Amino acid sequence: MLGLELREVSKTFGGMRAVDRVSLALPQGQFTCFLGPSGCGKTTLMRIVAGLERPNAGTVLLNGKDITDQPAHKRQFGMIFQSLALFPHLSVEENIAYSMRLRGFDRRQRTSRVAELLELIQLPDIGKRNIAQLSGGQRQRVAIARALAQEPSVFLLDEPLSALDAKLREEMQVELRLLQQRLKITTILVTHDQREAMTMADRIVVMAKGRVQQVGAPLEIYRNPANRFVADFIGLSNLLDAEMVAPDMVSFASRPIRVTPPREAPVAGARVTLSIRPEDIRIGPGDTGPDGNSLSARVTFVRDVGANIEARLDCAGRPMVAVTSPRDWIGAGPSDQVRITLPPEACRILTE
Amino acid sequence: MTDLAERMTILLARPRLPSGRLVALLAWPTLAIVGLSAFPLFLLLQVSTAHREPGALWSPGFEWTQYEQVFDATFLRMLGYSAVLATVVSVTVAAIGLPLTYLITRMRRRSQMVWLVGLLTTLSLSEVLVSFAWQVMLARRIGLSDLLAALGLLSEAQSLYPSAGAMLACLIYLTLPFSVLLLYPSLSRIDRDLLEAARTMGASPLRGFFTIVLPLMRRPLVSSLVVVFIFTVGSYVTPLVLGRPEQWTVGVLISNTVLGAGNVPLGAAQAVIFLGLTLLLTGATALLGRRKGDKP
Repeated sequence: MLGLELREVSKTFGGMRAVDRVSLALPQGQFTCFLGPSGCGKTTLMRIVAGLERPNAGTVLLNGKDITDQPAHKRQFGMIFQSLALFPHLSVEENIAYSMRLRGFDRRQRTSRVAELLELIQLPDIGKRNIAQLSGGQRQRVAIARALAQEPSVFLLDEPLSALDAKLREEMQVELRLLQQRLKITTILVTHDQREAMTMADRIVVMAKGRVQQVGAPLEIYRNPANRFVADFIGLSNLLDAEMVAPDMVSFASRPIRVTPPREAPVAGARVTLSIRPEDIRIGPGDTGPDGNSLSARVTFVRDVGANIEARLDCAGRPMVAVTSPRDWIGAGPSDQVRITLPPEACRILTE
Repeated sequence: MTDLAERMTILLARPRLPSGRLVALLAWPTLAIVGLSAFPLFLLLQVSTAHREPGALWSPGFEWTQYEQVFDATFLRMLGYSAVLATVVSVTVAAIGLPLTYLITRMRRRSQMVWLVGLLTTLSLSEVLVSFAWQVMLARRIGLSDLLAALGLLSEAQSLYPSAGAMLACLIYLTLPFSVLLLYPSLSRIDRDLLEAARTMGASPLRGFFTIVLPLMRRPLVSSLVVVFIFTVGSYVTPLVLGRPEQWTVGVLISNTVLGAGNVPLGAAQAVIFLGLTLLLTGATALLGRRKGDKP
């Protein structure tokens, strides 16, 4: 297979399993995101890919070749660290040219390639400057140029945008994604920010406790979370305790709710989780009569931020969140009774 | 040392401190510097220009006689030799100290403490004590020599001193802790990410050390060179106890002038010249260390 492949990779630190039997295929040219909370093993997994950490078990393959035992400096994957790790004693030019120097490029080659890269990051005039003289955004771009200077086969990004302010971060996300699409370079981004992952990635690998929870395209994961953890971590979900009554029906708050039938339906009577996204819940006036998949609820809090309205609800003692657009909002206030409808196609059953 | 300077700058920059309090605060260190350093130096200068009184010490007066006599061949040779010796020791110590300190910074916190405290403890022993301890250790009857003979490395037990090797070993032992303690703070603060970044860009660990660690350590390395140089160039007991006469330093020569020949003013003049040259040399080195790459 062209690209990167991990087979049954495990890494323990003093008895703690940081990465637990992870198998993944990262096709050539794709942008993959390792997403998960801190301590989920995503950074360790990336360091294994970079060769900075040796797995206790498993193999790492690049284009079908086993590179598990190859040290980092032989792999030469371009990596951007969270701290950026720009060399403070070298100028911008010298930082970018570092890898080329090591590989014996002559001065002329280095100068022209540095100029090319500075052009690429749209900072053609900063070559002579010290790292200390750069702004946060400029440093970010210099780190990108430096990692790209060695024309890496794999590009690794370890939360590189976390130090930037929100606005600049979102700009850089788009910029990095466009750059990656232009260069068609196999890229891995480690992040705990699901928005960042959804903005940039072709595929997201959701991790928790050293294990892969789900792999898929951003929207696929958003729409079809594989388990409670993913549903909760990616976006906002209402996770409700329910009981299976039929392959496409659960009982929630003593009311039958039609759901999207899961691939393997649990037996009737099994305890399951009913998952529904806040924006999928429809809110109507409380005096409408009950129809399919509707429940009565009480509004507890309304947050109107202009672009959308978030309603906190109490449905038979269980808290829920619904999000709606101002156009569809019925104008209810706290303690008003409303009727909520859960469309069957938006109701998912999670067993884990 | 820069740390202290920084703190002093901050202290002086504090706007709220009334000038009266500031004067009071600075009076004590000023007094100490004047009393312990400036005054003895003044005495030395005075004695070096006093009139020599054979049979007695010196009599008051002002003359340049000593300075006309001071630059004889022996003294110049001794100066040159001391400078070379100090250079050899300071470079050797830096070459041992940097990798050693680097290894210490990579140890676990506890092991680091053990090493640093251990090195610090050796500083509590005076040069005299350490020199005589080495003398005992290198003697024919006891210690190393017997061990080497038993191992077959020496044909028979023999005294390993006086010799240049014994003197150098002892001087390195004496000055290495200074070097480690000067290098440790900066070295332990170097961001590990820098080395890992270098590795992902194709630098082997050794290459990373030479292209990243070494350049970042230039200033503390210069500090180490200067401190060890000054310590060695002024060493007296170690060369006397462990070295042959041809390996004695300026310090030994000066003491011979004063105690042996009884010429105190000439000894003082030798000391003044020696002090001036040392100041010049270390000052130049310190400037050199500061010249390029004055990046924060």
